Amino acid sequence: MTLMKTMTTTLGAAALLASTATTALAVDLQFFFPVAVGGKAADTIQALTDEYAAANPDVKIDAVYAGSYQDTITKTLTAVRGGTPPQLSVILSVDMFTLIEEDAIIPFDGLAKSDADKAWLTSFYPAFMDNSMTGGKTYGIPFQRSTPVLYWNKEAFKEAGLDPETPPATWEEQIAFGKKLTKRDANGNVTQWGMRIPSSGFPYWLFQGLTTQNDVILANDAGNKTNFDDPKVVEALQYLVDLSAKHEVMQPGIIEWGSTPKAFFEGQTAMMWTTTGNLTNVRDNAPFDFGVGMLPANKRRGAPTGGGNFYIFKDSTDEQKAASFEFIKWITAPEQAAKWTIATGYVAPRPDAWETPAMKQYVADFPPALVARDQLEYAVAELSTYQNQRITTILNDALEAAITGQKAPAAALEEAQAEADRILADYR
Amino acid sequence: MTRPSLTLRREWVHGWLLLTPALVLLFAFTHLPAVTTIWDSFFSTPRGRREAKFVGLRNYETLLADDTFWQVLSNSLWYAAVTIPVSVGLALLMALWVDGRLSGRGFVRLAYFAPTVLPLIAVANIWMFFYTPGFGLIDQIRGAFGLPEVNWLGNPDLALGSVMVVAIWKEAGFFMIFYLAALQSIPPQLREAAAIEGASRWTFFRRVTFPLLMPTTLFVSVNAVINSFRMVDHVFVMTEGGPDNASSLLLFYIYETAFKYWDTAYASTLTVVLLVLLSALALGQFFLLDKRVHYR
Repeated sequence: MTLMKTMTTTLGAAALLASTATTALAVDLQFFFPVAVGGKAADTIQALTDEYAAANPDVKIDAVYAGSYQDTITKTLTAVRGGTPPQLSVILSVDMFTLIEEDAIIPFDGLAKSDADKAWLTSFYPAFMDNSMTGGKTYGIPFQRSTPVLYWNKEAFKEAGLDPETPPATWEEQIAFGKKLTKRDANGNVTQWGMRIPSSGFPYWLFQGLTTQNDVILANDAGNKTNFDDPKVVEALQYLVDLSAKHEVMQPGIIEWGSTPKAFFEGQTAMMWTTTGNLTNVRDNAPFDFGVGMLPANKRRGAPTGGGNFYIFKDSTDEQKAASFEFIKWITAPEQAAKWTIATGYVAPRPDAWETPAMKQYVADFPPALVARDQLEYAVAELSTYQNQRITTILNDALEAAITGQKAPAAALEEAQAEADRILADYR
Repeated sequence: MTRPSLTLRREWVHGWLLLTPALVLLFAFTHLPAVTTIWDSFFSTPRGRREAKFVGLRNYETLLADDTFWQVLSNSLWYAAVTIPVSVGLALLMALWVDGRLSGRGFVRLAYFAPTVLPLIAVANIWMFFYTPGFGLIDQIRGAFGLPEVNWLGNPDLALGSVMVVAIWKEAGFFMIFYLAALQSIPPQLREAAAIEGASRWTFFRRVTFPLLMPTTLFVSVNAVINSFRMVDHVFVMTEGGPDNASSLLLFYIYETAFKYWDTAYASTLTVVLLVLLSALALGQFFLLDKRVHYR
């Protein structure tokens, strides 16, 4: 607690310094942004911000790199509580309810006065807007958004006698392919696993791919009721557990996110599920020919979306709010969105960004970039509720308990549902 | 008659003036936060427009019914019970070894001390590589002997142990330095006298060296206790408390509650438990061990 108080004081003081060091004429904006995928993203944001500032001398934007997504929301909420919030920030789309509950953000609808602005609010992919709206109001504008896809090693496919151009399309095929791709040495020890669905830290995200494919939604739109004990959810978890326990095509236990691309490059796994945010990384580092495809389907195709949205904070002047709105409009415009996508691999959040010459050139060069966009048609909102971090932790704990064989899937999910109900009861 | 009391008062004022800077810092950054923490633990968490309200002991009732808390507490106690004696024991062994005559002594000392210099986050990242299933260092060595791969951090039975090993590896070298300094301050006459008396090396260690090291042992063990509850950086990097809280420690859970769930009231309640626990341990150590410590 001492640590926490000290941190609050220090951050508060830092924010105070930043806000007093302003000039009277120009509008000053402080902008917090996270980086989840390495250094290039930070440079791109800085370059875009500078470009905007050069074209608009009456606006000064202080772009602050705030760490990971987790660090960014921690810093932002600390600043909000200290009375000195940033004017705008990129934060996980799923933290929307948390920010609303803290009374920290305002909806964009009030700022969109002209018809053009109102049309702009509806110009994004609907799959991304699912996590950005509640109660008919838009609280977030999609920016660094992603979705998980399937990467496969074409050489390993050839070696196993599979068509290197065809990824598994269904759950059954995924197991069948996995069995062919899993190689064991003379001692019976595995030298190459068939597939890999990482599960450390936040297993709920990729698990949501499985539940969507099994045609079930984990939480309602109002964010106050979860659906963890639905038989279809249990079935999805059983499938995930069976990949290791029954079919032995995936390494048992919790699988690390961070080392997943490395395991793929090292040939330790022939297929992996991971975020499109890794696309550029895999392109640069895989020593073999690889393919990128949509996640396999069961009852339907499906994947969650992920990543961060822009939010505008309540505790600022009207000029600051209007200036933030203009800046967000500019940075999510087609040309800027295309630059951002090409630099990082994040999915450009609106259809017209894909029609720009730069983007057309990029996808002609590197067609896998299109897979994520095409998958959006089947994508659903990432799990998001009130008390979001706590609810997802409850689900994560249940998933980890099932994956490590400590609890049966049905029992683990029933307990998780009971606990989530207890917490969300206050919000109904 | 007035004069002595005036001098007394002036001394009194001087004394307090000298103490003030330290007191202000101590109160502002240690005592005040501790008291507000205890105070906050009797209120609900303020959220947005909802103010904090007095809830009495409700946070403590939640605490008693919270399975995660009990698991985390037992993890923390196991963590302390294993890492403290092992790292202190290892430190003593290493110090005794590098204190003796031995070729390349400077290099061995440096090697033992190296982990201490590294930041814990860096250490955790190095160990992540050691522990990686399949192509990590440990599994590559196991693979050379035909042993199957082990998911050290992803198995609930192994995760806490794996995290403990990192802490011991990091801590032992640091404590070794204190033991080494203490060993070198033991007068060589004692060894000569013991040799004349015909005492075995073990008797000499048990009857002479070890008692003389007791002040260092007390200091080191107080530090070890504090560190075992304070150092959780590697948990963030390596497991994030998983799988299913198997490697979560009390301070990590407090951080999660405060800065992930934003339930500051419950985080305060958990912090009170940590405060009580640490105070009890510190008092116990000073009062019980102090009697057995021989200061020269």
